[in-house]
Amino acid sequence: MALVSAITDLEQLKTHPAVATLLAWNPAAVQGAKFDRDEMTIYVDRANVHEACALLRDNAECAFNFLSDVTCVDWYPAEPRFEVVYHLLSIPKKERVRLKVRLDSASPAVESLTSLWPGANYFEREVFDLFGIRFTGHPYLRRLLMPEDWEGHPLRKDYPVEGYR
Amino acid sequence: MAHFSPTPVLEPGQDRTMILNMGPQHPSTHGVLRVLLEIDGETVVRIMPDIGYLHTGIEKTCEAKFYQQVVPLTDRIDYLCPMTNNLCYVLAVEKLLGLEIPPKAQWLRVLMNELTRINSHLVWLGTHAMDIGALTVFLYCFREREEVLKMFEMVSGQRMMTSYFRVGGIALEPPIGFFDRVREFAGNFPEKVDEYENLLTGNPIWMMRTKGVARLTAEDAIALGATGPTLRGSGVDIDLRRDMPYTSYEKFQFKVPVAQEGDVFARYMCRVRELRESIGIVRQALDGMPEGPIKADAPHVVLPDREKMKTQMEALIYHFKIITEGFAVPAGEVYQAVESPRGEMGYYIVSDGTAKPYRVHMRAACLANLQTLPAMCEGRLLADVVAAIGSIDIVLGEIDR
Repeated sequence: MALVSAITDLEQLKTHPAVATLLAWNPAAVQGAKFDRDEMTIYVDRANVHEACALLRDNAECAFNFLSDVTCVDWYPAEPRFEVVYHLLSIPKKERVRLKVRLDSASPAVESLTSLWPGANYFEREVFDLFGIRFTGHPYLRRLLMPEDWEGHPLRKDYPVEGYR
Repeated sequence: MAHFSPTPVLEPGQDRTMILNMGPQHPSTHGVLRVLLEIDGETVVRIMPDIGYLHTGIEKTCEAKFYQQVVPLTDRIDYLCPMTNNLCYVLAVEKLLGLEIPPKAQWLRVLMNELTRINSHLVWLGTHAMDIGALTVFLYCFREREEVLKMFEMVSGQRMMTSYFRVGGIALEPPIGFFDRVREFAGNFPEKVDEYENLLTGNPIWMMRTKGVARLTAEDAIALGATGPTLRGSGVDIDLRRDMPYTSYEKFQFKVPVAQEGDVFARYMCRVRELRESIGIVRQALDGMPEGPIKADAPHVVLPDREKMKTQMEALIYHFKIITEGFAVPAGEVYQAVESPRGEMGYYIVSDGTAKPYRVHMRAACLANLQTLPAMCEGRLLADVVAAIGSIDIVLGEIDR
């Protein structure tokens, strides 16, 4: 199982059902794609993520009907600083796809997926709590794991591992 | 889809209701789960779990450790299925590295994983039955669990925090007598499951407390992100071991128990049948255990054997380098999911090409499963909340991380 270098050329990845569906819907929404280690990653424009997920969920070709996970990666000090990562699973097709949204460090916000999958609730609250990403349209965006009066967002890279003393 | 507005339960919404605080020190919440309930007499109007009491920041800690130092941390997430967490983490790192694992290591991993599943389900069955009032089952379950823990101790020296898997294989060869002991356990275990079922399955009190209680439809379960027996109890037939196989699970024959009713009894039946299937997998793993090495041939990643280290210069150098500098992992990202006793356990690891992970995220099955609680309990009796919490099989260490 030697490592094969990642395919990042959108032209070669067009045949993947998720990429094809998104491109057919709105080519401007797809910022790029990557096929690495047997995993598909699609970079989606921040304004379109909610509609893109709705499309992937309801399209019969894709049927990504299950939201496995929502998380975030902080690329401090690079810009755009944050990558919100969505892992979708298709229960009928047994396939996964990863969607990514890039966000700037100045007031990072993205639309909430709770109206599509109510299960996004805790995942998004956790990302809000630990990274400080705002999910617009979330019904109850409060800290989940840290105390209500905690200062800072611990999983950001500029937050010290031992915490502020 | 009426249950999905996560309105906070902070003050009573109506004149006739009151707020009841259940936990965090309540025996039936299995740890430190706090549940806020708005009740109208005995009926639950709204319910809101409050979590975070066990948050230790493991994901942040991982970023400051070498890849091999993260393995013991993964035990501490879900202390009832340490090996499943070990497995999921090492599989993710191996995928990042592109490592090939020898067959014996893979089969040992399957064997240990199914023993872990049995261990976890036994704790679940015992405590779940105790919550509902059947105290005897707890003692029966812990009798067999003790046997599993002794086997864990044999291979790893630890009963609970095993850290037995390594990136690239297995830490140690199992000791002499281990396989005989597992075989004996596997021979006796089915009749023990019969004993549990004798105590519970046909028991009228058990059926009244579980049948038709805390129903969850398949549609709601998928929308809320439930996985594992919580999802299969609602009639959705998915098991990652069979559908997206990892570590040679495709070479084993087993059935995936599914129940249609979506109530506490259905989830109970799923897990009890899983106990029987797991012991079947254990037997297959014992019978077909291949010969060969238990570590991959990758000296820059896998620690050399003790004997080689004392006789060969290269082995000593590699040992020194791995311990002091770790091993660099090519840049990239992977999401690896395994079927833990509770559902989809996933590790999302981002590497920036150094010896420390840039980001480790654990997708906790319980965190998503806990969200089904309002859908199960609202409009039902207060006493059913205890049955519902037990039937989700939560581990707070995993939820809070």
